Amino acid sequence: MSPVFDNLDLFVEGFLTSLGICLVAMVGSLVLGVAIAACRVSPVPPLRALGAFWVTTFRNTPLSLILFFCAFGLPELGVNRSFWFFGVLGLILYTSAFVAEAVRAGINSVPAGQAEASRSLGLTFGQGLRTVVLPQALRTVVPPLGNVIIAMFKNSAVVGAFGVGGDLWSTGQTLTSARGLETLPIFTGVAIGYLLITLPAGALLQVLERRVAIVR
Amino acid sequence: MSEPVLYDAQGPRGRRRTRIGTAVAVVLLAGLAFLVVRRLADAGQFSMELWGPLIDPGNEAFDAVWRLIRVGILNTLKAAAVAMVLSVVLGTLIAVARLSLGRVGRIPLTGLVEVLRGLPVVVLVYFGVRVLDDVGVDLGGLPGGQVFWGLVLGLTAYNMVVFAEVIRAGVASLPRGQREGALATGLTPGQTMRIILLPQAFRVMLPALISQLVVVLKDTSLVTFVANYDELLSQGRSIQRNLDNPIQTFTVIALIYIAMNYTLGRLAQWVQARQARAGRVSRATTATAVTAAATGPAHVAGGGA
Repeated sequence: MSPVFDNLDLFVEGFLTSLGICLVAMVGSLVLGVAIAACRVSPVPPLRALGAFWVTTFRNTPLSLILFFCAFGLPELGVNRSFWFFGVLGLILYTSAFVAEAVRAGINSVPAGQAEASRSLGLTFGQGLRTVVLPQALRTVVPPLGNVIIAMFKNSAVVGAFGVGGDLWSTGQTLTSARGLETLPIFTGVAIGYLLITLPAGALLQVLERRVAIVR
Repeated sequence: MSEPVLYDAQGPRGRRRTRIGTAVAVVLLAGLAFLVVRRLADAGQFSMELWGPLIDPGNEAFDAVWRLIRVGILNTLKAAAVAMVLSVVLGTLIAVARLSLGRVGRIPLTGLVEVLRGLPVVVLVYFGVRVLDDVGVDLGGLPGGQVFWGLVLGLTAYNMVVFAEVIRAGVASLPRGQREGALATGLTPGQTMRIILLPQAFRVMLPALISQLVVVLKDTSLVTFVANYDELLSQGRSIQRNLDNPIQTFTVIALIYIAMNYTLGRLAQWVQARQARAGRVSRATTATAVTAAATGPAHVAGGGA
């Protein structure tokens, strides 16, 4: 493992870059995903269609293809940005579809009787939503949403592979191809870097899941 | 589609509001679409020069382009199918082992599942294609070649543990009486698992298994970052490099992926609906199993790339 320890500073840097990509992409995809979910459950048909179109498109396309589309397609239209921008944009588009599905499933998991009961108690739509439906929906949404975010961190490797540079994956690539170090120790180091996030996050999620679980 | 839970059937005022909302949304979306189309048109993206090789059978490059795409589709399907079969077989073994071993015996397996599930698939594919080769595991002798088997092994490493979790959740969702009844009639624990529990678990989990196939199919494209293997996305890239029409080529490639994956997704829904109708699986079982599938085998949803 000495090749890893010799280059530990590079690994740490890569780890932080990966984390940075994820934080930006997380905020972006949560906002976008919730907006798409809101479209999908709204009573307005064209918005529902838009939501369904969005989810179908981005969920069924490989992330790598979305990234290529962003990086090679958008410049043709005069959008010239860095690879980092395109990488994060692609990750946001892809993840937003999964966020939207998780949120929608959460909202739909609240039994209709809850909203009906709140209406017959005289709560307005807004009150019912705020005090009855959403608190329950949010709890159901936590576990799947957490999984989506963990998956997104793993997918940041794809963004790195695609050429953003400086992240955990790219660090491994640079060390093995440019400097000719052995692949096994270097990529074991890369793998450990990802596990450092995904394993604790997964464990945390399980605890959280037990906390917020509602018995129905 | 489930019933909307947020609002009642609308009254006259609600319907009017919805109509107004619809009108506004249509105008906004049409405006947005117009802007996009104008941008595309301004950049000359609708010219037959760019689209011709993909959609015009008279174009000289048409045959060559579609031959590449056909090869790509076949290679993608081949890798996905082999990885899928291996994953189901190995996943079942892991699930059975985890269910039948004692508390201590389970630990290494649990560790394996957690580690493999926590890694990016592209890293696993890298291990399959590059690292195995570097440490002296020669896959080149197998039919299909070294990259193919490296890719398949990478995909299998990830998906087998996902399946293991799916199947475990499936077994756990069966009513307790199934196991107790089987044991009481004198079946050994092994027979109980093989004859009684697994077949039912597979049936309950069939939709989740089919959905996972979508993830596998998409993940085959990751090999493009690691090595040369002519699957669909790599073929798309070489077409794009030759014709210099990224928007057109990647749109067509994306449509092919969407068509394949959407079909699989609908198939999963159909199977699930059929099971619910047939009543073979009690509703409660399906519900718990599906929730387990949604939350348990974790990264299924956001799974691959």
